[in-house]
Amino acid sequence: MSFFFEVLIGGLLAGVMYSMVALGFVLIYKASGVLNFAQGAMVYLAALSVVGCMEKGAPLWLAIILAFAIMTAFGIATEKFVLRKMVNQPPIALFMATIGLSFFIEGLAPMLFGNDVRPLDIGLVDEPIPAILDAFNIVVSRFDLAAAGIAALLVVVLALFFQYTRVGRALRAVADDHQAALSIGIPLQHIWALVWTVAGFVALVSGMLWGARNGVQFALTFTALKALPVLILGGFTSVPGAIVGGLIIGASEKLAEIYIPPVMQSMFDGNFGGIEGWFPYVMALLFLLVRPEGLFGEKHIDRV
Amino acid sequence: MFQKSKQFAVAIAASAACLAGAFSAPAQAADDQYFMLPDYRVGPYGANGQAFYGGFIDYLTYVNMKGGIDGVKVAWDECETEYNNAKGVECYERLKDKAKKFPGPIHTMSTGISYALVDKTVADHLPLAMMGYGLTMAVDGSVFPYAFPLVTTYQMQASAIIKFLKDKNGGSLAGKKIVFLYHDSAYGKEPIIALEAESRLNKFELVQIPVAHPGNEQGAQWQRIRQEKPDYVIMWGWGVMNMTAIKTAQKMGFPRDHMIGSWWAGSEEDVIPAGEAAKGYMSATWNVSGAGVPLIADIEKTVYGAGKGNLSDKAKLGTILYNRGVSAAVLSVEAIRTAQAKFGKGKPMNGEQVRWGLENLNLTDARLKVLGATGLLPEVKTSCDNHEGSGKVKIQQWDGAKWVLVSDWIEGNKALIHPLFQADAKKYAKEKGITPRDCAAEAKKK
Repeated sequence: MSFFFEVLIGGLLAGVMYSMVALGFVLIYKASGVLNFAQGAMVYLAALSVVGCMEKGAPLWLAIILAFAIMTAFGIATEKFVLRKMVNQPPIALFMATIGLSFFIEGLAPMLFGNDVRPLDIGLVDEPIPAILDAFNIVVSRFDLAAAGIAALLVVVLALFFQYTRVGRALRAVADDHQAALSIGIPLQHIWALVWTVAGFVALVSGMLWGARNGVQFALTFTALKALPVLILGGFTSVPGAIVGGLIIGASEKLAEIYIPPVMQSMFDGNFGGIEGWFPYVMALLFLLVRPEGLFGEKHIDRV
Repeated sequence: MFQKSKQFAVAIAASAACLAGAFSAPAQAADDQYFMLPDYRVGPYGANGQAFYGGFIDYLTYVNMKGGIDGVKVAWDECETEYNNAKGVECYERLKDKAKKFPGPIHTMSTGISYALVDKTVADHLPLAMMGYGLTMAVDGSVFPYAFPLVTTYQMQASAIIKFLKDKNGGSLAGKKIVFLYHDSAYGKEPIIALEAESRLNKFELVQIPVAHPGNEQGAQWQRIRQEKPDYVIMWGWGVMNMTAIKTAQKMGFPRDHMIGSWWAGSEEDVIPAGEAAKGYMSATWNVSGAGVPLIADIEKTVYGAGKGNLSDKAKLGTILYNRGVSAAVLSVEAIRTAQAKFGKGKPMNGEQVRWGLENLNLTDARLKVLGATGLLPEVKTSCDNHEGSGKVKIQQWDGAKWVLVSDWIEGNKALIHPLFQADAKKYAKEKGITPRDCAAEAKKK
């Protein structure tokens, strides 16, 4: 039984890591109603900026500040050169623009800081906590627990920001209808620049955590693949949804990876492991059949 | 009107710049030996490609600076594939006409791209080298005349790793449990057949655990490994999967000195990002690292001394992948030299002649010594029915700062593994309607 709980807890904590990336998607979607295809690339750019600045002699704290400055500049530039011309365009046009943006970042980031795989030490060791291991024979990593704490803090801050600040309310208005928001005096350009900057900050946090765990490298762009089923399940517009979706996806994919292949092997000949790449997507698709807007997504009703 | 012209001029300039970037190479004369290089320096595996192709090009530059291959200069064109099969094929199609006259062996450093080119290279008479990767049944040259999985294959490598573990355990693995953790792709699955054969022969239990691409999250796999309590983990990873595996092993408390990776999981790029977690981790390799090998030191002096080095980051000089690129280039140049010895010294060789050179390669330790490459790679002797030519690897261990060799050259169990290739090749020939060459008769004619 302790093994089951180890897998479950490990899955939940892995899910938190997925949620961190999913949060960036949610922010952009809330502000512009578009799925930001470039979010994975932003995670890469942010983490690469940190190690790049550290290689040039900056201490970690300064590198983080400089990386945030880079992400801020990137957010403002995105608004000025990409989004401003696309006000009131169909969401698919904005989506296509973010695809272009992701290719741009994937080329720009290594040009600025090099393409090598680099370690990132943020002072968190990815080792089991001895007390839990001794008492329950369950591996729980210090690193994963710390990541969960950071994610929780981020969610609280973002939820408060969206719910209780004028900027947060303006963001939601912009997401509903660009033109209507403009007509009542909401400065769309500032709002978009701001939200891309905040999404850049979230990318920085998740990039540092993923980078500290697996090395800072191009593969950080793949983290977006883990976030998509989380969004489908949790809803594209909900910050708490991203967290709950991440927890469900993380736990279910790990349990599936452990418990489904042996059953399949007993029924059919062959090796059925390695299912966690596609299992979350199947689960999210099944979920769509029941609740298309996701767990916490806003129900969309059109008047006929 | 002016605005439109300006935009047009900018577009032309941008296109020209793009094309110039796509093809960077020295000018080619009509009688140069020409290498098409479908390589990758950006994308998910760009860091690996930079070191490998940096080493490859540095050696070609070195050969040119020393007067060419018996006077024949070499030229090359790079074409970025991003390790993407479709782009690899596109690069091949774009450059093949240029390569047809006097080609050097093609190196894609990608199993997927190599698979896609196997049939095309036969039709175009262009030799395809797959050193340590690619279609392994092409060891049987009677069915695959133009494909060369040189030096060693995934299966022979897996067999050599088993031999190493056997020696470590007093000559027997009976009753031991070995987990095979692999990238869930053609590359990762290739050695399974060899490991299963070894498991039957040596009576150890083999547990196979696949990792879905890209492998940046392996919690479930390592929880299972913790539950299985294996004696060893053999890992067939690539890219981010390698360091994730090493770090997750640390998290799960699995000793790293009981993990052995394939040669694609044994470069500095795989262990340095894993930091302290990688200390003690082992991997197979078919070439050694270090800038102290005389040839590597001479490349540094000659090529970099003249400011003609290909690496933008000279720190990569002497790394595993850099030295692998040099080794691959050495084998290619020696194959052309072998062809010249038969078909005419000082002349550029055509595709069929280079193919012959690759098939009659005899790179002895004495020749390696002349090249300053003693110990850099094993001896290689190819033939019609053996396009592999060696089957040997060394095992290296990461000490936290550098790779340390912990074995001599180990040859896989050829008697067990090579019949597997021949059986696969025979099946392939039947499916494709290929009439295999009679290698025995060809050998007699020589």
